[in-house]
Amino acid sequence: MSFDPVITLFSCHYTSQQSCAAEGKELEQLGFPSSINLVRVPCTGKLQITTLLKAFEDGADGVYVVGCPEDGCHNVKGSIRAAKRVAAVRAALEELGVEGERVQMYHLPRGLHPEFVAKGKEMDARIRDLGPSPFSN
Amino acid sequence: MIVAERKPMAEIVEMVQDCKKILVLACRGCVTVCSAGGEREAEILSSLIRLGMKKAGKSIEITTGSLVRQCDREYIDEIDQWDGQYDAVVSTACGVGVNFISNLRKDTMVYPALNTTFFGGSAEQGEWTEQCAGCGDCVLHLTGGLCPVARCAKSLMNGPCGGSVDGKCEIHRDVECIWQSIHDRLASFDRSAQMEVIAPIRDWSTAGHGGPRKVVRDDLTV
Repeated sequence: MSFDPVITLFSCHYTSQQSCAAEGKELEQLGFPSSINLVRVPCTGKLQITTLLKAFEDGADGVYVVGCPEDGCHNVKGSIRAAKRVAAVRAALEELGVEGERVQMYHLPRGLHPEFVAKGKEMDARIRDLGPSPFSN
Repeated sequence: MIVAERKPMAEIVEMVQDCKKILVLACRGCVTVCSAGGEREAEILSSLIRLGMKKAGKSIEITTGSLVRQCDREYIDEIDQWDGQYDAVVSTACGVGVNFISNLRKDTMVYPALNTTFFGGSAEQGEWTEQCAGCGDCVLHLTGGLCPVARCAKSLMNGPCGGSVDGKCEIHRDVECIWQSIHDRLASFDRSAQMEVIAPIRDWSTAGHGGPRKVVRDDLTV
Protein backbone atom coordinates (compact mmCIF):
# COMPACT_ATOMS: atom_id res chain seq x y z
CA MET A 1 0.00 0.00 0.00
CA SER A 2 1.39 3.39 -0.95
CA PHE A 3 0.67 6.34 1.25
CA ASP A 4 2.37 9.44 2.59
CA PRO A 5 3.23 8.70 6.19
CA VAL A 6 3.39 11.18 8.99
CA ILE A 7 6.31 10.47 11.28
CA THR A 8 7.29 12.35 14.41
CA LEU A 9 10.91 12.39 15.46
CA PHE A 10 11.96 13.56 18.90
CA SER A 11 15.66 14.17 18.76
CA CYS A 12 18.28 15.18 21.24
CA HIS A 13 19.49 18.75 20.73
CA TYR A 14 23.05 17.52 20.28
CA THR A 15 22.26 14.64 17.92
CA SER A 16 20.18 16.65 15.49
CA GLN A 17 22.63 19.38 14.64
CA GLN A 18 22.17 18.66 10.95
CA SER A 19 18.82 20.35 11.24
CA CYS A 20 20.62 23.62 11.93
CA ALA A 21 23.39 23.30 9.33
CA ALA A 22 23.23 25.35 6.13
CA GLU A 23 20.35 27.36 7.53
CA GLY A 24 18.34 24.24 8.00
CA LYS A 25 18.72 23.09 4.40
CA GLU A 26 21.36 20.41 4.91
CA LEU A 27 18.96 17.68 5.99
CA GLU A 28 16.84 18.26 2.92
CA GLN A 29 19.91 18.21 0.69
CA LEU A 30 21.04 14.92 2.26
CA GLY A 31 17.71 13.29 1.40
CA PHE A 32 16.15 13.30 4.85
CA PRO A 33 12.54 12.15 4.31
CA SER A 34 10.01 14.95 4.16
CA SER A 35 7.55 12.69 6.00
CA ILE A 36 9.44 13.28 9.23
CA ASN A 37 8.54 16.12 11.55
CA LEU A 38 11.54 16.84 13.72
CA VAL A 39 11.03 18.01 17.29
CA ARG A 40 14.25 18.91 19.03
CA VAL A 41 14.39 18.42 22.78
CA PRO A 42 17.14 19.47 25.21
CA CYS A 43 17.57 15.83 26.21
CA THR A 44 15.58 12.75 25.22
CA GLY A 45 15.50 11.86 28.91
CA LYS A 46 12.97 14.66 29.26
CA LEU A 47 10.47 12.85 27.05
CA GLN A 48 7.53 11.36 28.87
CA ILE A 49 5.47 8.37 27.76
CA THR A 50 2.52 10.73 27.36
CA THR A 51 4.52 12.87 24.90
CA LEU A 52 5.13 9.87 22.67
CA LEU A 53 1.52 8.69 22.92
CA LYS A 54 0.22 12.17 22.14
CA ALA A 55 2.16 12.11 18.87
CA PHE A 56 0.14 9.03 17.90
CA GLU A 57 -3.05 10.70 19.10
CA ASP A 58 -2.18 13.71 16.94
CA GLY A 59 -2.02 11.51 13.86
CA ALA A 60 1.51 10.18 13.57
CA ASP A 61 1.84 6.85 11.76
CA GLY A 62 5.19 6.32 13.41
CA VAL A 63 7.19 7.92 16.19
CA TYR A 64 10.87 7.64 16.90
CA VAL A 65 13.46 9.04 19.23
CA VAL A 66 17.09 9.75 18.50
CA GLY A 67 19.32 10.21 21.50
CA CYS A 68 22.96 10.03 22.42
CA PRO A 69 24.89 6.77 22.59
CA GLU A 70 24.07 4.96 25.82
CA ASP A 71 27.55 5.62 27.19
CA GLY A 72 27.82 9.15 25.84
CA CYS A 73 24.74 11.06 26.93
CA HIS A 74 25.46 14.65 27.88
CA ASN A 75 23.09 14.16 30.80
CA VAL A 76 24.56 10.76 31.67
CA LYS A 77 21.41 8.62 31.55
CA GLY A 78 19.00 10.67 29.45
CA SER A 79 18.99 8.49 26.36
CA ILE A 80 18.82 5.33 28.48
CA ARG A 81 15.69 6.69 30.16
CA ALA A 82 14.26 7.56 26.76
CA ALA A 83 14.87 4.02 25.50
CA LYS A 84 13.01 2.61 28.50
CA ARG A 85 10.03 4.86 27.80
CA VAL A 86 10.05 3.98 24.11
CA ALA A 87 10.00 0.31 25.15
CA ALA A 88 7.04 0.99 27.44
CA VAL A 89 5.14 2.66 24.60
CA ARG A 90 5.99 -0.21 22.29
CA ALA A 91 4.62 -2.70 24.82
CA ALA A 92 1.44 -0.64 25.21
CA LEU A 93 0.93 -0.45 21.44
CA GLU A 94 1.26 -4.21 21.24
CA GLU A 95 -1.31 -4.57 24.02
CA LEU A 96 -3.65 -2.57 21.81
CA GLY A 97 -2.94 -4.89 18.89
CA VAL A 98 -0.79 -2.36 17.04
CA GLU A 99 2.64 -3.04 15.55
CA GLY A 100 5.29 -2.17 18.12
CA GLU A 101 7.70 -1.24 15.33
CA ARG A 102 5.78 1.97 14.87
CA VAL A 103 7.85 3.38 17.70
CA GLN A 104 11.63 3.16 17.72
CA MET A 105 14.65 4.34 19.67
CA TYR A 106 18.02 5.04 18.06
CA HIS A 107 21.23 5.89 19.84
CA LEU A 108 23.39 7.90 17.46
CA PRO A 109 26.61 9.87 17.76
CA ARG A 110 26.29 13.51 18.56
CA GLY A 111 26.99 16.08 15.86
CA LEU A 112 26.97 15.83 12.09
CA HIS A 113 26.84 12.17 11.07
CA PRO A 114 25.26 10.38 8.09
CA GLU A 115 23.54 7.86 10.41
CA PHE A 116 21.00 10.51 11.36
CA VAL A 117 19.74 10.64 7.77
CA ALA A 118 20.09 6.88 7.28
CA LYS A 119 17.89 6.14 10.30
CA GLY A 120 15.33 8.64 9.06
CA LYS A 121 15.16 6.81 5.75
CA GLU A 122 14.93 3.50 7.59
CA MET A 123 12.03 4.73 9.67
CA ASP A 124 10.28 6.19 6.64
CA ALA A 125 10.59 2.86 4.80
CA ARG A 126 9.38 0.90 7.83
CA ILE A 127 6.25 3.00 8.26
CA ARG A 128 5.51 2.91 4.53
CA ASP A 129 5.66 -0.89 4.77
CA LEU A 130 3.39 -0.98 7.82
CA GLY A 131 0.83 1.35 6.27
CA PRO A 132 -1.36 3.96 7.93
CA SER A 133 -1.72 4.04 11.68
CA PRO A 134 -4.57 1.91 12.99
CA PHE A 135 -5.40 4.93 15.16
CA SER A 136 -6.27 7.06 12.13
CA ASN A 137 -9.81 5.68 11.83
CA MET B 1 2.22 0.04 50.64
CA ILE B 2 -0.39 -1.63 48.48
CA VAL B 3 1.26 -2.58 45.20
CA ALA B 4 -0.66 -2.81 41.96
CA GLU B 5 -0.09 -2.89 38.23
CA ARG B 6 -2.09 -1.78 35.25
CA LYS B 7 -4.49 -4.28 33.73
CA PRO B 8 -3.91 -5.27 30.09
CA MET B 9 -5.16 -2.52 27.81
CA ALA B 10 -7.42 -4.85 25.86
CA GLU B 11 -9.28 -5.60 29.09
CA ILE B 12 -9.64 -1.92 29.99
CA VAL B 13 -10.74 -0.87 26.49
CA GLU B 14 -13.33 -3.65 26.53
CA MET B 15 -14.75 -2.31 29.82
CA VAL B 16 -15.42 1.13 28.37
CA GLN B 17 -16.58 0.07 24.91
CA ASP B 18 -20.08 1.46 25.39
CA CYS B 19 -19.06 4.66 27.15
CA LYS B 20 -19.13 8.06 25.49
CA LYS B 21 -17.32 9.83 28.29
CA ILE B 22 -15.38 8.56 31.26
CA LEU B 23 -13.57 9.88 34.29
CA VAL B 24 -10.12 8.35 34.69
CA LEU B 25 -9.55 8.84 38.37
CA ALA B 26 -6.07 8.62 39.84
CA CYS B 27 -5.33 7.90 43.49
CA ARG B 28 -2.48 9.85 45.04
CA GLY B 29 -1.89 7.21 47.72
CA CYS B 30 -0.01 3.90 47.57
CA VAL B 31 -0.50 3.38 43.84
CA THR B 32 1.26 6.65 43.13
CA VAL B 33 4.27 5.47 45.10
CA CYS B 34 4.40 2.19 43.18
CA SER B 35 3.90 4.09 39.88
CA ALA B 36 0.74 2.22 38.94
CA GLY B 37 -2.11 4.63 39.52
CA GLY B 38 -0.95 8.18 40.21
CA GLU B 39 -1.62 11.26 38.13
CA ARG B 40 1.08 10.50 35.57
CA GLU B 41 -0.17 6.95 35.06
CA ALA B 42 -3.73 8.23 34.75
CA GLU B 43 -2.62 10.56 31.95
CA ILE B 44 -0.89 7.66 30.20
CA LEU B 45 -3.96 5.47 30.65
CA SER B 46 -6.24 8.17 29.28
CA SER B 47 -4.10 8.47 26.19
CA LEU B 48 -4.04 4.69 25.71
CA ILE B 49 -7.82 4.42 26.11
CA ARG B 50 -8.34 7.17 23.52
CA LEU B 51 -5.99 5.33 21.14
CA GLY B 52 -7.66 1.99 21.81
CA MET B 53 -11.09 3.44 21.13
CA LYS B 54 -9.83 5.17 17.98
CA LYS B 55 -8.51 1.85 16.75
CA ALA B 56 -11.99 0.40 17.32
CA GLY B 57 -13.42 3.26 15.27
CA LYS B 58 -14.99 4.91 18.29
CA SER B 59 -14.41 8.16 20.08
CA ILE B 60 -14.48 8.79 23.79
CA GLU B 61 -14.27 11.90 25.89
CA ILE B 62 -11.99 11.49 28.85
CA THR B 63 -11.69 13.67 31.93
CA THR B 64 -8.66 12.90 34.03
CA GLY B 65 -8.69 13.71 37.72
CA SER B 66 -7.26 12.57 41.00
CA LEU B 67 -8.16 12.20 44.65
CA VAL B 68 -5.83 12.36 47.63
CA ARG B 69 -6.96 8.82 48.40
CA GLN B 70 -9.84 6.66 47.28
CA CYS B 71 -10.12 4.81 50.58
CA ASP B 72 -11.68 7.54 52.71
CA ARG B 73 -15.27 8.73 52.62
CA GLU B 74 -14.40 12.44 52.70
CA TYR B 75 -12.13 12.19 49.67
CA ILE B 76 -14.68 10.19 47.69
CA ASP B 77 -17.07 13.13 48.12
CA GLU B 78 -14.75 15.16 45.88
CA ILE B 79 -15.92 13.10 42.91
CA ASP B 80 -18.97 15.34 42.88
CA GLN B 81 -16.94 18.05 41.12
CA TRP B 82 -17.07 15.94 37.95
CA ASP B 83 -20.81 15.24 38.10
CA GLY B 84 -22.33 14.95 34.65
CA GLN B 85 -18.97 14.61 32.94
CA TYR B 86 -18.83 10.83 32.73
CA ASP B 87 -20.79 7.66 32.09
CA ALA B 88 -18.37 5.63 34.19
CA VAL B 89 -15.32 6.03 36.39
CA VAL B 90 -12.13 4.15 35.54
CA SER B 91 -10.26 4.06 38.81
CA THR B 92 -6.51 3.68 38.96
CA ALA B 93 -6.69 3.06 42.69
CA CYS B 94 -6.21 -0.33 44.27
CA GLY B 95 -9.28 -2.52 44.68
CA VAL B 96 -10.11 -0.69 47.90
CA GLY B 97 -10.72 2.51 45.98
CA VAL B 98 -12.97 0.81 43.43
CA ASN B 99 -14.98 -0.75 46.26
CA PHE B 100 -15.22 2.52 48.18
CA ILE B 101 -16.59 4.42 45.20
CA SER B 102 -19.02 1.59 44.49
CA ASN B 103 -20.12 1.60 48.14
CA LEU B 104 -20.66 5.33 48.27
CA ARG B 105 -21.91 6.20 44.77
CA LYS B 106 -24.87 3.92 44.06
CA ASP B 107 -25.46 5.40 40.60
CA THR B 108 -21.86 5.36 39.42
CA MET B 109 -20.37 2.51 37.44
CA VAL B 110 -16.74 2.03 38.46
CA TYR B 111 -14.19 0.01 36.53
CA PRO B 112 -10.79 -1.08 37.86
CA ALA B 113 -7.78 -0.09 35.78
CA LEU B 114 -5.37 -1.98 38.02
CA ASN B 115 -4.76 -5.44 39.29
CA THR B 116 -4.06 -5.09 43.01
CA THR B 117 -1.27 -7.46 43.82
CA PHE B 118 0.27 -7.34 47.28
CA PHE B 119 1.53 -5.43 50.31
CA GLY B 120 5.11 -4.67 49.50
CA GLY B 121 8.00 -2.30 49.37
CA SER B 122 10.37 -0.95 46.78
CA ALA B 123 13.37 -3.26 46.78
CA GLU B 124 15.11 -0.97 44.33
CA GLN B 125 14.04 1.64 41.83
CA GLY B 126 11.29 0.20 39.66
CA GLU B 127 11.03 -3.06 41.57
CA TRP B 128 8.56 -3.97 44.31
CA THR B 129 8.49 -7.12 46.40
CA GLU B 130 5.86 -8.68 48.62
CA GLN B 131 6.59 -8.38 52.33
CA CYS B 132 3.28 -8.83 54.16
CA ALA B 133 0.16 -10.90 53.60
CA GLY B 134 -2.09 -8.98 55.95
CA CYS B 135 -2.94 -12.22 57.73
CA GLY B 136 -4.07 -10.48 60.90
CA ASP B 137 -1.94 -12.50 63.34
CA CYS B 138 1.61 -11.21 63.10
CA VAL B 139 4.47 -13.56 64.05
CA LEU B 140 7.32 -11.25 63.09
CA HIS B 141 8.49 -11.03 66.71
CA LEU B 142 9.25 -14.76 66.50
CA THR B 143 10.87 -14.78 63.06
CA GLY B 144 13.44 -12.03 63.16
CA GLY B 145 11.11 -9.54 61.51
CA LEU B 146 10.90 -11.60 58.31
CA CYS B 147 7.48 -12.92 57.36
CA PRO B 148 7.05 -16.64 56.60
CA VAL B 149 3.38 -16.17 55.73
CA ALA B 150 4.05 -13.73 52.88
CA ARG B 151 7.57 -14.69 51.89
CA CYS B 152 7.62 -18.49 52.13
CA ALA B 153 6.03 -19.95 49.00
CA LYS B 154 4.22 -22.46 51.18
CA SER B 155 3.61 -20.13 54.15
CA LEU B 156 5.28 -22.70 56.37
CA MET B 157 5.42 -21.90 60.06
CA ASN B 158 8.08 -24.33 61.30
CA GLY B 159 11.19 -23.88 59.24
CA PRO B 160 12.11 -24.61 55.64
CA CYS B 161 10.73 -27.39 53.50
CA GLY B 162 12.94 -29.90 51.72
CA GLY B 163 13.20 -27.73 48.64
CA SER B 164 15.49 -25.10 50.13
CA VAL B 165 18.92 -25.21 48.47
CA ASP B 166 21.78 -22.78 49.13
CA GLY B 167 19.38 -20.34 50.71
CA LYS B 168 17.11 -20.30 47.68
CA CYS B 169 13.52 -21.43 47.27
CA GLU B 170 12.66 -24.37 45.05
CA ILE B 171 10.06 -22.35 43.15
CA HIS B 172 12.78 -20.15 41.62
CA ARG B 173 16.48 -19.59 42.11
CA ASP B 174 15.88 -15.84 42.34
CA VAL B 175 13.66 -16.26 45.39
CA GLU B 176 15.33 -16.36 48.77
CA CYS B 177 14.29 -19.10 51.17
CA ILE B 178 12.87 -16.86 53.84
CA TRP B 179 13.31 -19.59 56.44
CA GLN B 180 17.05 -19.67 55.71
CA SER B 181 17.07 -15.89 56.12
CA ILE B 182 15.05 -16.15 59.34
CA HIS B 183 17.55 -18.67 60.67
CA ASP B 184 20.54 -16.56 59.71
CA ARG B 185 19.04 -13.44 61.19
CA LEU B 186 18.03 -15.09 64.45
CA ALA B 187 21.53 -16.59 64.69
CA SER B 188 23.07 -13.14 64.25
CA PHE B 189 21.16 -12.10 67.40
CA ASP B 190 22.12 -15.34 69.13
CA ARG B 191 18.49 -16.39 69.10
CA SER B 192 18.60 -19.40 66.79
CA ALA B 193 17.05 -21.48 69.64
CA GLN B 194 13.80 -19.77 68.67
CA MET B 195 13.80 -22.06 65.61
CA GLU B 196 13.28 -25.04 67.95
CA VAL B 197 9.98 -23.71 69.26
CA ILE B 198 7.11 -25.46 67.52
CA ALA B 199 4.55 -23.02 66.16
CA PRO B 200 0.99 -23.98 67.05
CA ILE B 201 -1.59 -24.81 64.42
CA ARG B 202 -2.54 -21.50 63.00
CA ASP B 203 -5.98 -19.94 63.13
CA TRP B 204 -6.47 -18.48 59.67
CA SER B 205 -9.79 -16.83 60.51
CA THR B 206 -7.93 -13.55 61.00
CA ALA B 207 -6.58 -13.83 57.47
CA GLY B 208 -9.96 -13.48 55.83
CA HIS B 209 -10.91 -17.14 56.00
CA GLY B 210 -13.56 -16.07 58.47
CA GLY B 211 -15.10 -13.60 56.05
CA PRO B 212 -14.39 -9.92 55.35
CA ARG B 213 -12.45 -8.37 58.18
CA LYS B 214 -13.20 -5.24 60.12
CA VAL B 215 -11.31 -3.12 62.60
CA VAL B 216 -13.25 -0.91 64.97
CA ARG B 217 -11.58 1.56 67.29
CA ASP B 218 -14.12 2.69 69.84
CA ASP B 219 -11.86 5.52 70.91
CA LEU B 220 -12.06 6.96 67.38
CA THR B 221 -15.74 6.52 66.64
CA VAL B 222 -18.15 9.32 67.44
